[in-house]
Amino acid sequence: MRWLLLKDLQILRRSPLLVGLLAAYPILIAVLIGFALSRGPDKPAVAFLNQVDQAGAEISVGGETIDTSTYADRLFESVDPVRVSSRKEAIEKVRDGEVLGAIVIPSDIGQKLQSGIEPGEIEVFFNAEDPVKARYVQDTIRSQVAQANAALTQRFTKIAVGYLDLIVAGGRFDFLGRTFDVLGLERSEEILRRAKQDLPRGSPARDELDRVIRFSQLARDNLDLSDDVLKSVGTPIRVKSQVIEGGSTPLSSFAIAIAVTISLMFVTLLLASGSLALEREENAFLRLVRGLVSRTGLLLEKAGLAALCSVVVCLVMLTGLGLFVGLEWSRFPLWVAALVAGALAFAAMGVAIGALAREVRAASLLAFMISLPIAFLALVPSGAVAPLLFDVIRAVSALFPFKPALDALNAALNDSGGIVVPLLHLAALFVAFGAAARLALRRFA
Amino acid sequence: MASQQQAAGRAPDTTEAASAPVLEADGLVKRFGDREALRGVSFGAQRGEVVAITGPNGAGKTTLLSILAGIERADAGAVSRSPREVGWVPQDPALYRKLTVAENLALFARLERLDDPHAAVERMLDQTGLRDRGDDQVGELSGGNRQRVNIAIGLLAAPEALLLDEPSAALDPRQRERLWEFILALSAAGTTVVFSTHNVQEAERYAGRLVVLADGERLFWGSSAELESVVADAGDTGDGVPGSRDFEAAFVTFLHQRGH
Repeated sequence: MRWLLLKDLQILRRSPLLVGLLAAYPILIAVLIGFALSRGPDKPAVAFLNQVDQAGAEISVGGETIDTSTYADRLFESVDPVRVSSRKEAIEKVRDGEVLGAIVIPSDIGQKLQSGIEPGEIEVFFNAEDPVKARYVQDTIRSQVAQANAALTQRFTKIAVGYLDLIVAGGRFDFLGRTFDVLGLERSEEILRRAKQDLPRGSPARDELDRVIRFSQLARDNLDLSDDVLKSVGTPIRVKSQVIEGGSTPLSSFAIAIAVTISLMFVTLLLASGSLALEREENAFLRLVRGLVSRTGLLLEKAGLAALCSVVVCLVMLTGLGLFVGLEWSRFPLWVAALVAGALAFAAMGVAIGALAREVRAASLLAFMISLPIAFLALVPSGAVAPLLFDVIRAVSALFPFKPALDALNAALNDSGGIVVPLLHLAALFVAFGAAARLALRRFA
Repeated sequence: MASQQQAAGRAPDTTEAASAPVLEADGLVKRFGDREALRGVSFGAQRGEVVAITGPNGAGKTTLLSILAGIERADAGAVSRSPREVGWVPQDPALYRKLTVAENLALFARLERLDDPHAAVERMLDQTGLRDRGDDQVGELSGGNRQRVNIAIGLLAAPEALLLDEPSAALDPRQRERLWEFILALSAAGTTVVFSTHNVQEAERYAGRLVVLADGERLFWGSSAELESVVADAGDTGDGVPGSRDFEAAFVTFLHQRGH
């Protein structure tokens, strides 16, 4: 078997196109994914017309000044603003495709916000020719407007709470350049109590004053509670995240696990199926199994060759990706374990395909045609389809090595869940596909 | 005819010691489902003898050779030698095109677990006359040279008997001639050669004895001269042409006489 393995490596060495593709593929994938993960999405170009002058950008609520341009700046962090001078120009730029959308802030937005009667309104235009881009711009702008709304609401709430405090405790209040001294409920109550003591016993006015004092006390107590109520209104919904199932894998690390698993699958399946089918195409199969090598030995050799090459390719790929994204090198032994187990399961599947297809081209085509759907199925998230269909998808995915290989690699790279179960799953698939390949080899010649 | 046979395949030795067959098939039966591919076929080939297995398409030639080579298992009957004791040369060269001639030979010598693979490779390069092409990749060789390497691999373990499946089927006449020179030299050196062919003239020219199969049944076992005698004794000298000495015509007549 050793000589067969060396022979196959020698043949690979003399197939520069194949080896070149095997070497270039992981580098290409690593670079593409690395760039995608390290750069993040580009900001969409959005035309921006602000019809509010600097003075109008500041609104006064309850004696406090709020600069609304601060919130516009936050929006610019998410988009690439293209300044325009008129609403018409903004719409034309969207129509011509120069920008993905346009935002127009009308001059009266400050007045409307200040009035507290009518909500401020901004205009947004989209080019919906590309639904994906339109949705992206829509979501970006809506998200930023929602954040601005939340921030403004908090400011307004803070001001309202200040008013309530003033009513309860009293104090000084500046408005339109003048300072007012507000008595407040607490001090009113004290005055009333003192006034009550000055009244003669049995005076009917004492009862009247008692009623006013009770009202004042009641109002003070309830207005104290209103502070909390108003704060809740300022942030009606808070997000408290809790992961129920699965690890806390960052998206970038999960993307790496997917990329490496896909490479592992393609390289292993193509090599295993192709190298076995090549033995038949070279007419060497019968000569080999005529006492020189056992059929099982031949399958193990092909599986070993494919697994060895793909593990090397994937380690190169991980090293390449490590240049862009931080990977935990301390977990290297687990990477190797996951890669080896995944590669062996894919290799067993590959030799089964090769034994079934019997020709290199047919084997390659079959391997390719099977790989894509199983990868797709394994990546369908729960909730994306009906529960029954998802159960079927999960069952089908479990019959192929992609899902357990992805789980194992994800666990190895990101410490997301246990690695033992996926490794055992892969071992079971290795045995099952190996047995299928051995069976298919009966009619291989 | 006799002189032609002398020049080509060796006639069987008549001494008692030499008459013990090197390779013997006894009552071989092979069924594929309901179809009987071989029906109790027997023959024996002696040391240095060249035996042709011939017959019309579907006669069972390849099946018989496959059983002798150990690729197929017979449902009944026996073969005197184990597969490892006979060399086998498939019809299409079983070689790795990306490897050189020497690398192919070395690989199979190692897989055969020969004591000295390097010496075996050197011996085969000399024997096939391909020493100057030893470093060429097999994919670059002509069909004839590829077939020589193919045969050389079958000879690596120096077997006493060599099985050749349609050895000259894909070769042009000049390559065929050179190939037969090579095979006859092996025979002359003592290797028993059993080959299958549907080319009757090739069988007559190079084989000492013939196994004629039709529908899995052995119709004839003997020399080409004996086959011609059988046809002549039946009063038909071949293809309806009285006095014809054409062996191919005699062969066809022989098959007709037996309902094939």
